[in-house]
Amino acid sequence: MGRLNVELCGIELANPVIPASGTFGYGYEYAALYDINCLGTFSFKGTTKEPRFGNPTPRIAEGYSGMLNAVGLQNPGVAKVKSEELPRLKQCFHKPVIANISGFSLDEYVYTCAQLDEEEQVGWLEVNISCPNVHGGGMSFGTDPACAAEVVKAVKTVVKKPVIIKLSPNVTDIVSIAKACEDAGADAISLINTMMGMRIDLKTRKPVLANTTGGLSGPAVFPVALRMVYQVSKAVSVPVIGIGGISTAENVIEMMLAGASAVEVGAANIVNPYACRDIIQSLPAVMDRYGINTLKEIIGGAH
Amino acid sequence: MVKGSFVITENTPVAAGIHRLTLRAPGKLSILPGQFASISIPGFFLRRPFSVCDADDGSLTVMYRTVGAGTEALTSQAVGSTLDVMAGLGNGYDLTLAGNAPLLIGGGMGCTPLLLTAKALLAKGVKPYAVLGFSSKDDVILADELSALGCKVAVATVDGSFGTKGFVTDILPREFSYFYSCGPEAMYRAIVKATDLPGQFSFEERMGCGFGACMGCTKKTVNGFRRVCKDGPVFAREELQWED
Repeated sequence: MGRLNVELCGIELANPVIPASGTFGYGYEYAALYDINCLGTFSFKGTTKEPRFGNPTPRIAEGYSGMLNAVGLQNPGVAKVKSEELPRLKQCFHKPVIANISGFSLDEYVYTCAQLDEEEQVGWLEVNISCPNVHGGGMSFGTDPACAAEVVKAVKTVVKKPVIIKLSPNVTDIVSIAKACEDAGADAISLINTMMGMRIDLKTRKPVLANTTGGLSGPAVFPVALRMVYQVSKAVSVPVIGIGGISTAENVIEMMLAGASAVEVGAANIVNPYACRDIIQSLPAVMDRYGINTLKEIIGGAH
Repeated sequence: MVKGSFVITENTPVAAGIHRLTLRAPGKLSILPGQFASISIPGFFLRRPFSVCDADDGSLTVMYRTVGAGTEALTSQAVGSTLDVMAGLGNGYDLTLAGNAPLLIGGGMGCTPLLLTAKALLAKGVKPYAVLGFSSKDDVILADELSALGCKVAVATVDGSFGTKGFVTDILPREFSYFYSCGPEAMYRAIVKATDLPGQFSFEERMGCGFGACMGCTKKTVNGFRRVCKDGPVFAREELQWED
């Protein structure tokens, strides 16, 4: 076992660094730039039952130390992900991957999860009940503990792979939702998805994003994400994946001290395609600087 | 794609609110006409994509208009300092379709990729004709540079302060083999109405990553959803849907 190894629901990861869904496509744009097998794993583009165009453009706006996106879950639909994207991914990534799934009804979540559960390449199912950029689905399942639990229960009855529930920060009490998911059988919790925000163009006096609002990510949200990971990981016993503004090895360590067993890196990939590789490469030296022997030993160290 | 720390060798105003920025790459460069570079501006999170105006095997030039805080900050970056640049992004124009009398059509800042395109066409032995449109005399860019290469250049300005009063579609030559255009979408719609001849359009969009990962700049085409940054920015006329 290496110093960077961590475990996620019974599967060993060579390191805790996981590109977050929606920032890494289905992997191969990055595989053209570096060997993505250096990653712990990655969470592929949010997949739905039917193909989706997503929202009109502009879908991207800038924030201070961060960005807003309102892509709206553009994806080719689960059938094409199985028939085209996963075979293509197999050529460049040889580890179990996280399948990220979204839906607009309980039936859609169940269908898409069952479809991807069958895939040998898929190690985990990350169920997104927190997308702020779609209407009548996504986040509406993740803002109420009972609804969140209902999704978990429904999905758990049809799949064999570990189920990670991805939570929204756009709630008053994220801990109660995390606990409801754990009680309903979730194998892990990932948080946070983006925080809802918006920008207005002073010249046009109109919102920059065609969708009006979008999800804020990047270093700006890191302290919020860290606080939520800290609170949730203290309250649940399943593993927690920390997400939100991570862009350095120091951020990874801080997030693990807050209680994360692994981390997802999102916006950092957008501005530097080599961000995850660079973070992994710098982890050992940063661990040395802080007297950390193995990453496993620091999980929840700040509790 | 090349990513690295590029040295600023020039960052000077060339027209009203427009700067020319030349950057020396840390290594060898290979840029195709119509490709873009994505530049990180200190203090701003997202990179800014710019069409490459000119390039050789070790440097590239972009032109930018100050339209917001990011480009405003870019104007104060001094010669000799460095910027993190991703270069060689996007597909670029397909010059194999040029024929013997290609036409370059530029609108405003959209003229910028046409200089490198003209150079590449001349290197192939064909002399392009360029029609350029601007709002006013003060906005005119690259007309002299394209003339200096030996291209025939026609200019239209909306207010009539330079060249012909009107739009690029008012000065299109009657005959040409193929067009390469870059400018606002309103200009593209006018071109499509004005001519049946084939050609390519370069599109602009607010981008996240610039290399095809984030789906921030997707466009509907007859071939399905395409990413402006990766599958474009250049799209052929027949690929596009001209919905109103």
